[in-house]
Amino acid sequence: MELNDLYRDVILDHNRHPRNFGALDPADASVEGFNPMCGDRLTVRLKMSGDCIADIRFEGQGCAISTASASLMTEAVKGQSRAAALALFDRVHQLLTDDAASSDELGKLAALSGVREFPARVKCASLCWHTLVSALKAPEAGLPDAVSTE
Amino acid sequence: MNNTALKNAGPRFDVASVRRDFPILARSIHGKPLVYFDNGASAQRPLAVIDAVDDYERHHHSNIHRGVHALSQEATERYETARDRVVGFLNARSRQEIIFVRGTTEAINLVAQSYARPLLVPGDEILITHLEHHANIVPWQLVCEQTGATLVVAPMDAQGEVHAEAVEALMNERTKLFACAHVSNALGTVLPIGRLIGAAKARGITTLIDGAQAVPHMPVDVQALGCDFYAFSGHKLFGPTGIGVLYGRESVLDRMPPWQGGGDMILAVTFGKTTYNSLPYKFEAGTPNISGAIGLGAGIEYLAGLDLAGAHAHEQALLEVATEALGEIDGLSIVGTARDKASLVSFVVAGVHAHDLGTILDEEGIAIRTGHHCAMPVMDFFKVPATARASFAFYNTFEEIDHLSAAIRRAKAIFA
Repeated sequence: MELNDLYRDVILDHNRHPRNFGALDPADASVEGFNPMCGDRLTVRLKMSGDCIADIRFEGQGCAISTASASLMTEAVKGQSRAAALALFDRVHQLLTDDAASSDELGKLAALSGVREFPARVKCASLCWHTLVSALKAPEAGLPDAVSTE
Repeated sequence: MNNTALKNAGPRFDVASVRRDFPILARSIHGKPLVYFDNGASAQRPLAVIDAVDDYERHHHSNIHRGVHALSQEATERYETARDRVVGFLNARSRQEIIFVRGTTEAINLVAQSYARPLLVPGDEILITHLEHHANIVPWQLVCEQTGATLVVAPMDAQGEVHAEAVEALMNERTKLFACAHVSNALGTVLPIGRLIGAAKARGITTLIDGAQAVPHMPVDVQALGCDFYAFSGHKLFGPTGIGVLYGRESVLDRMPPWQGGGDMILAVTFGKTTYNSLPYKFEAGTPNISGAIGLGAGIEYLAGLDLAGAHAHEQALLEVATEALGEIDGLSIVGTARDKASLVSFVVAGVHAHDLGTILDEEGIAIRTGHHCAMPVMDFFKVPATARASFAFYNTFEEIDHLSAAIRRAKAIFA
């Protein structure tokens, strides 16, 4: 295990300067994610244009891994279709948990691959993604407003 | 006294010798010598405990209070000897007052359900303090839901101290039970429980003390304290997990109905009527954690053989040195600065989240606790999502605190 592999420059940069951070008003979906084990808490808000994520912002409090993952996620899915965002969730989930997972064409998200060597931190990186999925499914699932990684 | 003077203070508690009693302290983590600063979550076991459990499992195991055969008698004798050791450890009046449970959490739930629930009516109050562990909050919330009683919370101040006057001001004729920590797990604060128990007794209020974080650090005398209940866990006292103790005043325990029904807690059962067993067995339904109790007894015996005054002085010196060393790190704030503290330091570092700090320290072989410490109201009070907590035992060294300081500085450099 190498700390440099976990705290790569991309991660440190997005932790220091999170992109798309703050409120989004009005939003079409707003879901709070909570990791009760560590107290990390973040809200993901979406603005949809038809089937497309027109805008996405997040805010909350979390560790560097959780903040950077959320920041990278918002950059990656903005402008994407719902189906493309859900497919990306599957890719990232594999990247975080499967040693054999490929990071081809994941761009900056590939920086999250170091997390899988630190099992205690996988939930930090995946919290925002579970929250996003919940927000994307919100209209058909009757608008849940909270998701938990425990 | 400054850092250097403390480190050189004599006569010295023989840490090197004590460390040899704890085999796990010789371990490496990620290629570095283990620095174990998570004693508040669970302390390590000395060989005396490991060997006592091993000896029981290899040579004496059977069910207790059951058979006439030799093994059952040997197991029973060892289990009950452990109870006698707890009697001495807490200075209880008798073995009837010592109930073996799974841990502090179960002890408090037992009192909540067996003492408070049958007694409380709407309008009654249960008084706790702001710095309690969830295990001394949630069982009372459950009882309040069940009975219509109200949970009242006494305040703490910005140092994490609980002032006796503030607690006493909330004690009134509606207060039926006062429950508080002896030592705060999140902050280290030692509460003025002698005075608080006295104030409660003067008003006829029953008292429960959560001693989970106190017993590893200071002698406890339940008769001198005068509390009605005192709870602690074995694994924080260098014993096994899954075993703990509820001390209860015999006259109070006598009036309480059993909590769980089953074997061992009965004298006679017919389908029409069951006669309960006498204390303490009335509260020990089912086959208990026999090896755990034996391990706990061995842990107490081990502690009795130590220079406890020296151990306490060493722990307080560790606390002072750590407070000074961490206080010198820019951007580090200590959370919980009570005048009277047990040997732990809870802190936050600006720009470094506690979980990132925990991971970076782990790479250096240093085990600390990060998170909310099962005390979310304390985190809310100090407006932090989580803290890092270094909690010390008598086997920790000043050199280990130097490692901690250096590793925190390295973590800061990563996030600078």
